[in-house]
Amino acid sequence: MKAFRSVALAVAWRSLHNAFTNPAILLPSLLFPLFFFTAFAGGLSRVGEVPGFDFPSGYTAFQFVFVFLQSAAFGGVFTGFAIARDFESGFTRRLFLAATRRSGILAGYAISALVRWIFTASVVTAVALVAGMQVGGSGVDLFGLVVLGLLVNMVAVLWAAGVAMRMRTMQAGPLMQVPVFLTLFLAPVYVPLALLDGWIHAVASVNPATFFLEAGRGLISGEPTETAVAFGLALAALALFVVWAQRSLRRAEASGA
Amino acid sequence: MTDEHGIEVAGLVREFKGGIRAVDGIDLRVAPGEIYGFLGPNGAGKSTTVHMLTTLLPPTAGTARVAGHDIVREAPQVRAAIGAALQEAALDPLLTGREHLRLQTAMHGIAREERARRSVALLERVGLTDAADRKVKTYSGGMKRRLDLALALVHDPRIVFLDEPTTGLDPQSRSALWIEVGRLAKEEGVTVFLTTQYLEEADVLADRVGIIDHGHIVAEGTPAALKAEIGRPSVEAVPADPEDREAVARTLARFGELQPGSPRGIAVRLSGGEGALAGIVRALDAEGLPVEHLQLHAPTLDDVFLAKTGRSLEGAAEEEESEAEPVTA
Amino acid sequence: MKVLLTQVGYLARRSVARTFRQPANIVFSFFFPLLLLAVNSGGLDAAARIPGFPSDSFLDFALAFTFMQGALFATTNAGTDLARDIQTGFLNRLALTPLRSAALLAGQLAGIVALAVLQSILYLSVGLAAGVRFESGPLGIVVLLSLAVLIAIGFGAIGAFLALRTGSGEAVQALFPLLFVTLFLSSMNMPRNLIETDWFRTVATINPVSYLIEGMRSLVIIGWDAEALALGFGLGAAVAVVALAASSFALKARLARS
Repeated sequence: MKAFRSVALAVAWRSLHNAFTNPAILLPSLLFPLFFFTAFAGGLSRVGEVPGFDFPSGYTAFQFVFVFLQSAAFGGVFTGFAIARDFESGFTRRLFLAATRRSGILAGYAISALVRWIFTASVVTAVALVAGMQVGGSGVDLFGLVVLGLLVNMVAVLWAAGVAMRMRTMQAGPLMQVPVFLTLFLAPVYVPLALLDGWIHAVASVNPATFFLEAGRGLISGEPTETAVAFGLALAALALFVVWAQRSLRRAEASGA
Repeated sequence: MTDEHGIEVAGLVREFKGGIRAVDGIDLRVAPGEIYGFLGPNGAGKSTTVHMLTTLLPPTAGTARVAGHDIVREAPQVRAAIGAALQEAALDPLLTGREHLRLQTAMHGIAREERARRSVALLERVGLTDAADRKVKTYSGGMKRRLDLALALVHDPRIVFLDEPTTGLDPQSRSALWIEVGRLAKEEGVTVFLTTQYLEEADVLADRVGIIDHGHIVAEGTPAALKAEIGRPSVEAVPADPEDREAVARTLARFGELQPGSPRGIAVRLSGGEGALAGIVRALDAEGLPVEHLQLHAPTLDDVFLAKTGRSLEGAAEEEESEAEPVTA
Repeated sequence: MKVLLTQVGYLARRSVARTFRQPANIVFSFFFPLLLLAVNSGGLDAAARIPGFPSDSFLDFALAFTFMQGALFATTNAGTDLARDIQTGFLNRLALTPLRSAALLAGQLAGIVALAVLQSILYLSVGLAAGVRFESGPLGIVVLLSLAVLIAIGFGAIGAFLALRTGSGEAVQALFPLLFVTLFLSSMNMPRNLIETDWFRTVATINPVSYLIEGMRSLVIIGWDAEALALGFGLGAAVAVVALAASSFALKARLARS
């Protein structure tokens, strides 16, 4: 246990140190969510006038939840890129050699993803509040929203880490990114599920991301909806991707890092 | 018999996709405190062997015990007992030397108070104190190797693996590293498993040498013993006229056993001593066979390699460069 | 003159062949805009019900944006291809031929243009199959194609300019997000008069990309809107002319340096 902890904290320290001392690494993960927030909440705010759109906290909050969860998901993917880069540069070899408990390496990357996301999410939230976002939820509701974000972040990082460890090359980037992108966008991004039509309504109805978004929007507006389902799905996904990531780690070990 | 400072390998095999056997059944034993030199051309299987012994790659077959622990079943214990400086230094260009030491000491679970002390001591030992706070991307090749060595030693390992530690270094850096490796073994009793493609390195540093070619160990022993096995000196003649090859060969055959030589030359291992050289000169002169080049060889490890494999180690190095490397699965 | 054309033709064939030998790039630039179109038009279909929205189908409204994305990929592809030619020294070899630099550029861009034509035909076909109705009829489709290709030429030339100035494929790729942002800060998803947020509307009004999109879009949802078409073609031509001129100068400067 002690070995696991030392390894995890050391790996997390290094990733965070690199991220926070190198703007080229930090800025993209910060700017992308802000950009989307601006484009969607800013450019599309008129969508709030669509007949049948009656979200109590307004369009800014509606879009904020999407951007909040999207930043969590993409934060996980960016950490996957960093893992792939470490494999490609050979640095992972050093980690594999020094770590008695190699699963601690995975934990370390996950911890760094989490800390980075908390930072990003704080900035995005501050910007949204300055932009006049209305918040209807209580402290408990908002805490729930944050936990939902954390779960999404962890699921994404475990997914991306698994891909990175199996492919061990930066060219795995699109493979990490595209499924996450599709999952996020084949969901009620711009309007609630009820206002979607046709094929996209059908797809979104079975997309787990829809449950996360609707639950998150319920939490921020103080009218929780489908919260239990969303958390249940998130926890199930977490368990699934923990197994995925662990198996991928074994694969990487068997192939010689 | 297991030993906490030693290495024992039995029938170790590593096969890659397509049936390529980079390591094809090797046996070796390294005694505690010994410097063992693993010599062979590129692609011979040296790095693959090291990767297996350091638990970076699982073997396909065979067993090995490093520091008294099985490399497959007790891999974490192996890692706790060994240090390794591999062919590519595996450093993060964005971290400084000191930050690397911080990372390494932290990963090994060294107590916080102890980390700084060890870092300072190791930086001094490898001569990187002044560069400690510069990012590694500003380091020269030699500096990176020295940092890599320091990192391999943070947790006082009993056994250290060095994979081609001086490849690409200038002569000065090479000598400095040799001195350090010698110190590690002689003064601190650390067992060193060193791979190299340089004969001189194996000759100078190693207590015992294992010569590997195409995944097999073809010779093992102390450098002196191996050379003595080849033993007698040899002479190589390059005829001025290629048409004279056979005639020169017949003449030389009178002085000893003919050996495989360089592409244009004919070599003979002398039955007598080096004094036979004068006789050879007179004989070639008497036969009217001008030679472009005549050389007396005292046996080297290359001769050992040549005798065992039919190829010169240096020639083999060039040949391997043009062959595909086995692909890691 | 004949020799010149032969040489341009050779370069053009090479450029086309090279573009089509990179399947990853092609697949991405063909399908990502369609993916985005599907997602956006599905997700924002309800937006067509906003009072004052100029079309009753968001798909019709959004189709024009796929061509803009195609133009963006033209930028990065042209840029990275040319940067590779610079890094391998091929460009220097070309400079030793009697080719004028403008012709050199034309030849290099030919592959991108070919790709743009095919892309545009694909987007159009998909749009029509999905039920897009052109208010301007079949002639409008032809006009749209020509505007799309004009824009792709201009943007391809921007990519070439970036490559010639930086000499680096990585630098060109790093600019991709910035260019993507420029696309978003426009009337791509919402007509300018319906953008509520003041500063966003201002940026969209200043952004030439808005007019390029609106020119193409007008052919789909309005019919023959002289003002929109004039602005679209005018700006498209302006971008193309300026970018080609700038690339020409940059090419001369780079060849003079070596």
